[in-house]
Amino acid sequence: MSSTQIVKKKGVPEKRAITTKPRFSDKVFRGVVTSGGLSSLVILGLILLFLAYESISTLRAQGMYFLTGSNWDAVTGANGHIDFKASHFGIASMLIGTLICATIAILIGVPISVMSAIFLTFYAPMAIRKFAVTIIDLMAAFPSILFGLWGYFILNPVGVYWAKLIHKYFGAIPMFQMPTGPYFDRSPFVAGLILAIMIVPIVTSISREIFAQTPLDRIQAAFALGGTKWAMIRAVAFPYARSGVVGGTMLGLGRAMGETVAVYTVLNIVFQTNWHILAGAGGNVASMILLKFSDASADEVKALMAAGLVLFLLTLLVNSIANVIVNRSVKGRA
Amino acid sequence: MSTLGTTPVKVLPKQPWAATRRDRSITFAIFVASALISFAVVVATPMNGKLAYIFIFFVSLLIIDFIYFRVKLGRAAGVDSFFKTLFTIAITLAIFPIASILWEVWVRGYKGLHWSLFSTDMKQYNFTGPVADGGLIHAIIGTLIIVAIAVLISVPIGILTAIYLTEIRGRFSRPIAFLVQAMSGVPSIVAGLFILAAIVYPLTKSFNGFEGSVALAILMIPTVARTSEEVLRLIPEDLREAGLALGGTQWRSVAQIVVPAARSGLFTAIILGVARVVGETAPVILLTGGANVININPFSGTMESLPLYIWSGLLAGTPEAFTRAWTGILILLAMVMILFATARYFGSRKVGK
Repeated sequence: MSSTQIVKKKGVPEKRAITTKPRFSDKVFRGVVTSGGLSSLVILGLILLFLAYESISTLRAQGMYFLTGSNWDAVTGANGHIDFKASHFGIASMLIGTLICATIAILIGVPISVMSAIFLTFYAPMAIRKFAVTIIDLMAAFPSILFGLWGYFILNPVGVYWAKLIHKYFGAIPMFQMPTGPYFDRSPFVAGLILAIMIVPIVTSISREIFAQTPLDRIQAAFALGGTKWAMIRAVAFPYARSGVVGGTMLGLGRAMGETVAVYTVLNIVFQTNWHILAGAGGNVASMILLKFSDASADEVKALMAAGLVLFLLTLLVNSIANVIVNRSVKGRA
Repeated sequence: MSTLGTTPVKVLPKQPWAATRRDRSITFAIFVASALISFAVVVATPMNGKLAYIFIFFVSLLIIDFIYFRVKLGRAAGVDSFFKTLFTIAITLAIFPIASILWEVWVRGYKGLHWSLFSTDMKQYNFTGPVADGGLIHAIIGTLIIVAIAVLISVPIGILTAIYLTEIRGRFSRPIAFLVQAMSGVPSIVAGLFILAAIVYPLTKSFNGFEGSVALAILMIPTVARTSEEVLRLIPEDLREAGLALGGTQWRSVAQIVVPAARSGLFTAIILGVARVVGETAPVILLTGGANVININPFSGTMESLPLYIWSGLLAGTPEAFTRAWTGILILLAMVMILFATARYFGSRKVGK
């Protein structure tokens, strides 16, 4: 009865028809949000496009030499521009150097991170856990120039001392030999150390996320069978978390390969493949770009763009694989 | 353990597994014994130095711990205790560099602190001159301008991406979520090179602050988008449905219910994004050019920023310049820590408040 009264009142609008058709405002809203959502696709596409466009001249002139050669000398032609045919641009030693530094970082950083994550998940009392997690998260926010400065002034001397010890006691192993003399300063080993420190936060936080998801019933089952904590971790947590930790490691690898400033200060960049990790000569694509950029002509920058393109594709590949693995093992991720 | 008194006794459940005083004193004794052993070994053998102390301490801690529990409780307990000690050592190793970094930044940076840092630029001074001369107000202003523009560019895009992923959930959701993650791995130097290729060479042909901002925005978008997405996912589905049930359009329920409910979380996302890029160095080296005077116009002329100031100090290579660099990093680190603490504060507040 009340409805009829309301309709009779003046100024009350007609009852709206029920419809599922989106209104105009919703159409605009959806359009705007979708275009915003597609921006990541657009940006990644543009990065690829522009870097590829700028690198064409280098890649065409150098061909496979760009990936297999280890020489970087720009020859200026008669017209004042760089003669791409006569010049040599090869980044093989830089690529290998990047992989060496990142591998050292993984070998040192990942065990520490994973063990820290286990400690924080299964052993630490609440107060210590909160404190340590805050500190490690804070470290993830440290700017890379800070690691660069700290690495140059504090870590490098320490790293040199360690390198001398390693060389003294394990010098028989080819990797630790010093064929060019005792130049330990700014070696791939030191660069690997700083990268190891830099990847600790990300690997720890991802591992922690995964260990925290270990099913409680299985943990309790392990304890009920009389297992110690370590037995539980080995039998339940490790198998459960294995693939996720691998994913987290690869994310760390991606970080380590793309790091620029922190490596620049602690690595002596030489265009020669160096497998002796303690010797003060190494390669790194990102740092090389920064090093060469300061006195590069506009033409030589094109060669650097090509190096940037290779670095971009490499990190994109490693990160994508890592994300697929991590997303599969961490619940609640897209 | 609760004290008995006239007040009603609070009954605590017994925890037979909790460490007793005796357990604690044994742990402490093992700790002390390891320290003594490391000291003795360093004195008695040619091994010396801080590294030797720490190394021998850790090793003897592991061994004594293992032997004690092996003898007392059997093999399984020994192994268990060994790994517990190992994991504790690992977290110590993970935290140690942070402590060292904070300590060194303070010790080396505070020498260069003086009030005129915040009022003068480097126009009439040289990096290699006395530390008391000049200041870094130009770098602070430059950083603020560059980061502010990066925020203006990246925040709308980042939050729209998050809204797309949580509210629209269109058919591109999965690929976009994947691409945003992939984008967070783009090395900063690549972002710098991209702006060089896309803006500097074809269009402006000169360096300015705005170009640096765009590069930083690229690095900031994934952080903002992913954190916002996590926050928006925490908003209960009931709220959205309530909005729709009241006859609101999707636009209204998102703009007037979901986003306001997630306000503090979105703010956290923005701050985390700023913390991510405020210290980014490689793009500003490539793009903003650097300057020693205040430049407040991001579209014309080169611009200084804090990371660039630190970088110049490092490259100048004299003790005075190094002190300037450490002071610069002290101020930059203070900024990062304030941002971090703010993000923590807002992030810890309940969603919807």
